[in-house]
Amino acid sequence: MSAFHFDFEKQRPRISRREAIRRALFVTSGLVLANHISFRAFGAAPSARAKAVIQVWMWGGPSHTDIFDPKPDAGYDYCGPLKTPIETNVSGIRIGELLPVLAKQADKYSIIRSMTHGNNGHETAAYITQTGRQPGGRLVYPAVGSVVSLTKGYDAGYKGLIPPYIVLTEPQGRFDEAGFLGAKYRPFATGGNPAQTPFAVEGIIAPGITAEHQKGRRELLHHLDTLAQALPADPQVVANAQAENAAYDMILGDGAKVFDLSEEKPELRDRYGRNKFGQSCLVARRLIERGIPYVTINSGGWDTHKNNFQTMQRQLPELDKGMGTLLQDLAERGLLDSTIVWWGGEFGRTPKVQWEAPWNGGRGHWGKVFSSVVAGGGFKGGHVIGASDAKGEEVKERPVYPVDVIGSIYAQLGIEAATKLPNPEGQPTFVMPQPADGIKSAGLLKEIMSA
Amino acid sequence: MKARAGIFAAGQLRWLGLFLLLSNSVSAASPFESPAPLTPQNKIDELVSARWQALNLTPAQLCSDPVFVRRIYLDVTGTLPAAAEAQAFILDQNPGKRAVLIDRLLANDEFADYFAMKWGDALRIKAEFPINLWPNAAQAYHRWIHDAIRDNVPWDKIATEMLTASGSNFEKPPVNFYRAMQNRTPTGIAQAVALTFLGERADHWPSNDLANLAVFFANVGYKSTAEWKEEIVFFNLASTNAGALNGSPKKAIFPDGEKVTLSPDKDPRAVFASWLVKNPQFARSLANRTWSWLLGCGIVQEPDDFRTDNPPSNPALLDFLAEDFAASGFDFKHVCREILNSKTYQLAAIPQSQSPAAAANFAFYPLRRLDAEVLIDAVDQITGTNENYSSAIPEPYTFIPGDLRSIALPDGSITSGFLDQFGRPPRDTGQEAERNNKISAGQKLTLLNSSSMQRKIETSRMVAFQTSANRTPPEIITGMYLGILSRFPTVEEQTEAQTYFQSGMGKRQAVVDLAWALMNSTEFIYRH
Repeated sequence: MSAFHFDFEKQRPRISRREAIRRALFVTSGLVLANHISFRAFGAAPSARAKAVIQVWMWGGPSHTDIFDPKPDAGYDYCGPLKTPIETNVSGIRIGELLPVLAKQADKYSIIRSMTHGNNGHETAAYITQTGRQPGGRLVYPAVGSVVSLTKGYDAGYKGLIPPYIVLTEPQGRFDEAGFLGAKYRPFATGGNPAQTPFAVEGIIAPGITAEHQKGRRELLHHLDTLAQALPADPQVVANAQAENAAYDMILGDGAKVFDLSEEKPELRDRYGRNKFGQSCLVARRLIERGIPYVTINSGGWDTHKNNFQTMQRQLPELDKGMGTLLQDLAERGLLDSTIVWWGGEFGRTPKVQWEAPWNGGRGHWGKVFSSVVAGGGFKGGHVIGASDAKGEEVKERPVYPVDVIGSIYAQLGIEAATKLPNPEGQPTFVMPQPADGIKSAGLLKEIMSA
Repeated sequence: MKARAGIFAAGQLRWLGLFLLLSNSVSAASPFESPAPLTPQNKIDELVSARWQALNLTPAQLCSDPVFVRRIYLDVTGTLPAAAEAQAFILDQNPGKRAVLIDRLLANDEFADYFAMKWGDALRIKAEFPINLWPNAAQAYHRWIHDAIRDNVPWDKIATEMLTASGSNFEKPPVNFYRAMQNRTPTGIAQAVALTFLGERADHWPSNDLANLAVFFANVGYKSTAEWKEEIVFFNLASTNAGALNGSPKKAIFPDGEKVTLSPDKDPRAVFASWLVKNPQFARSLANRTWSWLLGCGIVQEPDDFRTDNPPSNPALLDFLAEDFAASGFDFKHVCREILNSKTYQLAAIPQSQSPAAAANFAFYPLRRLDAEVLIDAVDQITGTNENYSSAIPEPYTFIPGDLRSIALPDGSITSGFLDQFGRPPRDTGQEAERNNKISAGQKLTLLNSSSMQRKIETSRMVAFQTSANRTPPEIITGMYLGILSRFPTVEEQTEAQTYFQSGMGKRQAVVDLAWALMNSTEFIYRH
């Protein structure tokens, strides 16, 4: 006999009949939300100006004062060797001296120099800047790409073989981008390197395996798949076969061609820069042309605690050619009007240089003020929003919070702020925070949004 | 005792009857089924078969020995049997060999690795955002739960240690229970406790009930020390949270409605823990979790969503398992052993009843895609390769030794594209449903056509060995079937594969392609 006797019915947590019914209704509606929400609301909203987003993500936190918010008057301890910013094609706007190509495209983008959230942790700041939320609640909110994947992807009539949310090339991986929306809305990371030939997109392009060989070994697989033959109606077997068919449509069909940069003119590839970042920008344009609604270019190496200026000398010319050519190319093809280009990282960097060892001219994390850039998709170019102070250390005017940029992007895409996000716990969650969430905001970027 | 024996005999008759009914209608043995009779092994079988009778369901046949050896390795250790282990088991003539293997595997190190992974999901063991345990603490916590599972510490003791722990996150690993949650308010803690130890979603409770449970955690305090990222969890006498929750710092109400008066100098967490481990819902939720891990579906499903409006599919079975678990002194291996030895667990994956009730009543063993970690470990084991895991954030960087298997990863935030793609849970909420084992086109691309899979196969020792000069195609094919699918090929498969070997390509290419085909088969990717 056990040490104590059970009386299960008696010991159930007490709840009244009425409460049981209430719970049943609540929970049921939650499940309905999670699994079968109707996405008719996600069709093209009449207010939509943008169809797609290219997010140029500077993982690590790019140095705002070396890039889009130069402070030449702050002196050597702040500027180091990068003390002579250059004029752009918009009178009165100057940017960092290592960005000559972007300087010629300044009429196409607007610089926000008063971004702020005050957070100096990579992961928490990356979460804040890409979800607009504050960490610490019970839920992990989805990043912008996953919200776009939900509202413009397969649930909204997107039918492409290529998944609707692509990351070039490595996953960001600092938090679950899809948050509570779940795995279906995670990005597809291509892997590989578009600067190499062929661009070996993981799973889609296998160098050295001919189409004939692909077909032959697939046939072998089918002949030997004895368990699948024994269980033809099993739901798992059916799902597996469907996934396999979709995979081979990409491997053997047209899906793979979007990644074939040999279709581009060599001169254009040169202009983008024959490096991973530059060619990623070119791939992003090709994806947008084929209707993919959200592409993140995940560019690392911006966490310049040490030797900041050597890194800038090396990386900024790549950023300049890649992003500058992307803006020009999108505009020439008439795609910029419907494509938002969103540049930024999780925070800026300490404006005062740390010259001492072990930093040797490094910059730390700086969430108090930093820069973002938006272009296209209804955002006006040639403007500067807000300002940092003389040394780039504080917001001087017009603070802009991450949620403001994100809300403006949603508005351009025609995604209603009050659109419900299905969450597994059945709680009411929306595309944009509610007042009760207590998220700091200064409103949308009205200055640069066409009426 | 007499009455019990009578019931057992009746159950036995029912099983024999079912078998006789089936034996005429079933075709020649597939490699997945066994013609052995469905004699009930234990009480579990009686209770399950009673439901089949009531619902007029025909159960599947028993699974074959090759299916059993693969299944039991995967379900108990998260690990494939080696070719030699599979072969030895299949050829073993001992009629009690299944029970012997179950006992051996329950004592394996991988048993602890695998179930520490499961508990790591439920306890949200993760260094980074949004849980932010920090690498040292995540590893200490994982090590602690791993060793408790390895040593088969009774679960009332494990739960009590977690719930009553105080001290440093680095030195007293179970205190991390209170750190491994985003919302560390008393209410947030109460929700985590209800989910973990009662299998209930307290967000759906009436708010009074949640506040009442939170009172027991109103005095949980956190403070940092001079040590980087060290945090002390302590009994904070000065806290005024309790009064704010229910108006009285002295009175508390357990989730079952029982009232208790708290004394100001006694940590109310200890009061709660001693109530918890005596409450039947504790045993029910843990027994149900165990059942769902082994059989792919809870008796209450989702296994962490007990509600009056989500009743068990077989209440008598759940009651029996819970009582048995408690009577055994909350012996986790005992419950596993009971379940694994049942004929219910040992049914084939080929259903004999198309009724939708068959799945909920365990009338066949359900196909499930291998967990992300188990899948990559299986691939690595066969190909003799390994993963290089590291995490660059936060500093100091975490580097995982190359020979550590993926099921043994201590920290859910270790970066891995493969694990993320195959649905490793983010460990944000601790809910079982976070793990996603649905197949997707992206996963198929990785398995069918990625450079990493291709490289693993091409550079594997298996391919090197099988292509050595003296190996004939029949030997190669048999060896690869044993290594990859843990069984001998059927005559048809042997013929089919030999045809491919003779189709004009080089031997090496044929070996690589055969390995590729078997590793992409349903049998490889799914538990069955």
